[in-house]
Amino acid sequence: MKKIFVLLFIWIFQTNALALIEVDITRGNLNPLPIAVSPLSIDNESKKSFEKILDKKDIGSEISKVIENNLKTSGLFNPLDKDAFLQAPEIANLKPRFEDWNLIKAQALITGKVKYVDDKLRVEFRLWDILAGKEMMALAFTTVPNNWRRVGHIITDKVYERLTGEKGYFDTRIIYVAEEGPKTKRIKKLAIMDQDGANNKFLTLGNELVLTPRFNSTNQMVTYLSYFRNLPRVYLLDIETGIQEVVGDFPGMTFAPRFSPDGKKIIMSFAKDGNSDIYTMDLENRIVEKITNHPSIDTSPSYSPDGKYICFNSDRSGYQQIYVMKSDGSNVKRISFGKGLYGTPVWSPRGDLIAFTKLHKGKFYIGVMRTDGSGERLLTENYYQEAPSWSPNGRVLIFYRETKTDDKGKGFSAKLWSIDLTGYNERLVDTPTDASDPSWSSLLTN
Amino acid sequence: MKLNKILKNAFLVTVACLVLSACATSKKSGQMQGDVYSGTDTVEYLASGVPDRVFFATNESVLTTASRETLRKQATWLRKNSKITIVLEGHADERGTREYNLALGERRANAAKDYLMTYGISSDRISVLSYGKERPVDSGSNPLAWSKNRRSVTVKAN
Repeated sequence: MKKIFVLLFIWIFQTNALALIEVDITRGNLNPLPIAVSPLSIDNESKKSFEKILDKKDIGSEISKVIENNLKTSGLFNPLDKDAFLQAPEIANLKPRFEDWNLIKAQALITGKVKYVDDKLRVEFRLWDILAGKEMMALAFTTVPNNWRRVGHIITDKVYERLTGEKGYFDTRIIYVAEEGPKTKRIKKLAIMDQDGANNKFLTLGNELVLTPRFNSTNQMVTYLSYFRNLPRVYLLDIETGIQEVVGDFPGMTFAPRFSPDGKKIIMSFAKDGNSDIYTMDLENRIVEKITNHPSIDTSPSYSPDGKYICFNSDRSGYQQIYVMKSDGSNVKRISFGKGLYGTPVWSPRGDLIAFTKLHKGKFYIGVMRTDGSGERLLTENYYQEAPSWSPNGRVLIFYRETKTDDKGKGFSAKLWSIDLTGYNERLVDTPTDASDPSWSSLLTN
Repeated sequence: MKLNKILKNAFLVTVACLVLSACATSKKSGQMQGDVYSGTDTVEYLASGVPDRVFFATNESVLTTASRETLRKQATWLRKNSKITIVLEGHADERGTREYNLALGERRANAAKDYLMTYGISSDRISVLSYGKERPVDSGSNPLAWSKNRRSVTVKAN
């Protein structure tokens, strides 16, 4: 798939550690920070070279559009209209006239420069604090021209981190299930795209049913369920090489796979004789371990980020509830006690929360609770939605939502949505086809 | 003849009223008992008089009286046709999370398998396949459609 490449980071200016502007990410989008993203300046020669390679007229401006869109969808920033900008990009990048930017109410400004150097794309950018009249950060890096969108994502990550104090989530990808056709004969394919919906690619042809792809957070491997030859089994897929293999040698359906946080194990359910229990398989030595042993349905396991605990879904109380246990299967404790059914628990990468799906009185909710079950907070209610997946910084959840059909069974659709942990900033994530089962990758570069 | 039909209709209406008043959850008269599908719209036949599927209540894998009767007919047919092998395909409705429904479909198909085995059908002749909520027969978003989709279907494998 995407070629691995080396990013060369050079700090060109180390500024004071003291943050001048700060964005409070716990407050939602009530007061997004006005920010000006000046188009990255580019000399004519570089412009022509990139136009030849990338078929884009002004790659500097294209990269700034990627940044602007990222900032806007985060809900924390309000990118200002470029038509109001008074300073030319190349001059702003040297030394912005802060009064001009202040005039259009910008509090922060991103400027930069793109250059064609030895067949590569060299970018430098600067983040300015308008009110204080100071440079906050400056960074340059070089990559292959085809990675120009990733340049925009990396810049956004750096700006986000500088202004919020938390890592970003923009240089990431989403793997999901692309859906087509009538509800009764749905065709499903694995698909992957950048976090902003660009570079969508289908990874399977749709010949067999595929479900629940999940990223390994340490590399770009994926585990998922495939009905290849009508045998539902957990598979492992290397998205760089396209090589896939079945996980383990189970005499029945394996499903609900996820990686352990160190990426070395797959945890999943194995169903036999009407009973589903949780198992792990070590990917190096292939050793299989049975983690739960209960005549109920135990499924949807998810590790805590330190690998010490597992949250999962069980109906041992009679109905679907969320449980937490030690990673060896001991100390099983039920943590969900609210009204309704609870499913698809998934541990936050920050470790402090578990996201879940809840069904209560015919409505589906995406919510979060602390790992002991306290502090339940429902973020969104709908006819049908499930399967939250965390952004790598634990600030945003992506999930899928299905519509209710009419009396004739028409009008079905499935789409990806995202929402902030705050419950604000709910957004449709655009996909070329219907979509479900999203999984968010870790940052491609740290 | 005509009078007969009128009487029959009147009788059906009365029955429907009784069912409705007796059980508040029962909707779409005569097609559901409790929330288990009892109609025949989607049913196909393995042989004459041998229905291919049984239906379940929400979140349940318990076989109803009607389901057990259907499975006994299937067992009789399977004993007569000893070379036939079958796949039991277990399904769930759309009102549950995907992974749980995969397990639930497997549990439902196994409930049918266990019953067939008690009627002398060897487990060698039966395989089980859960589709969870992936293959509904009715694409509606209403209780009747969901009841048709909560099912275990016996499919000839050879």
